Amino acid sequence: MSGMTPIVKVIARTVAGFIFVYGCYIILYGHLSPGGGFAGGAIVAAGLILSRLAFGTSAAQERSTSISSSIFESSGGILFLLVAVLGLVIFAQGAGFFFKNLFPEFGKGGTLVSAGSIPLSNIAIGIKVGAAMLSIFVVLASTKYIFKE
Amino acid sequence: MPELIILLLFMVAAGIVAVEIKDLLASVIALGAVGFTVAIGFIVLQAPDLAIVQIVIEILAVVFFVAVILKTTHVDSTIGRPYKGADIFTFIIFGVFALAFLYVGVRFLLINSSAGFEIAQHYIKHGLTETGAVNRVAAVILDYRALDTLGEATVLFTAVIGVLAVLRLEGRKK
Repeated sequence: MSGMTPIVKVIARTVAGFIFVYGCYIILYGHLSPGGGFAGGAIVAAGLILSRLAFGTSAAQERSTSISSSIFESSGGILFLLVAVLGLVIFAQGAGFFFKNLFPEFGKGGTLVSAGSIPLSNIAIGIKVGAAMLSIFVVLASTKYIFKE
Repeated sequence: MPELIILLLFMVAAGIVAVEIKDLLASVIALGAVGFTVAIGFIVLQAPDLAIVQIVIEILAVVFFVAVILKTTHVDSTIGRPYKGADIFTFIIFGVFALAFLYVGVRFLLINSSAGFEIAQHYIKHGLTETGAVNRVAAVILDYRALDTLGEATVLFTAVIGVLAVLRLEGRKK
């Protein structure tokens, strides 16, 4: 996959970082404002896909991105399940259950550090969705390997 | 809501264009028009969370389709084929099922709506004290209904596994 024209490269170089930061903001403020892990992860993946489409990638880069995005997606899923199981384990016998919110009264309502385990779940889902979108794009857009045989 | 009806009519028109047009790239653009109209409809219905997700996913879907279609011939070779008996049979079966589903769904919604409204009132009234999250949507999807979110994450995981299994980068070693 080769890169695009210099116009596209200059615009993408300017914009991609802002899109990435905006996606991280949507993930981290998911419990305060509209958005959340799913939307923020998709925005982060959109920023990465924009830079990859504009500048082009080599075959080795595509392979390493495929491997690393698989690792990120699996770790995001495991982190989400870890938050769920902590609600089952950390409380006294009989008081906890699967996906119980950890310390929801910690922190003042409306600030960044509040809402217990909801921000942790948002971060886990954001990692997972971003890596999933990126890996689907890498596999679908590099079809030259499929027709190589 | 007249603006919502205008949006729905535009969605129907764009959907017909997406199905009937011969060039696949134009068909994908019409499909993107349907998706962005859904996003505007979510904003009209005052659901900004869903609108953000719909806009981003629609952009990614159109980019995926364009990146794949640019490597093909762009032409849908099945356009212009006359409808056969099996096609008309399929249309009638799916139409009857859709109308029956709509009728039953609206009936049960009218019967059971009071219980659903009570649960919604509980979320609005006690959501901040019970979960600590100002955004009630986050409180519902990650605290009250977190198992559903786990199921959604599993669906996405399965989709990625399917795509990677069908289109894997390393060819099969025989």
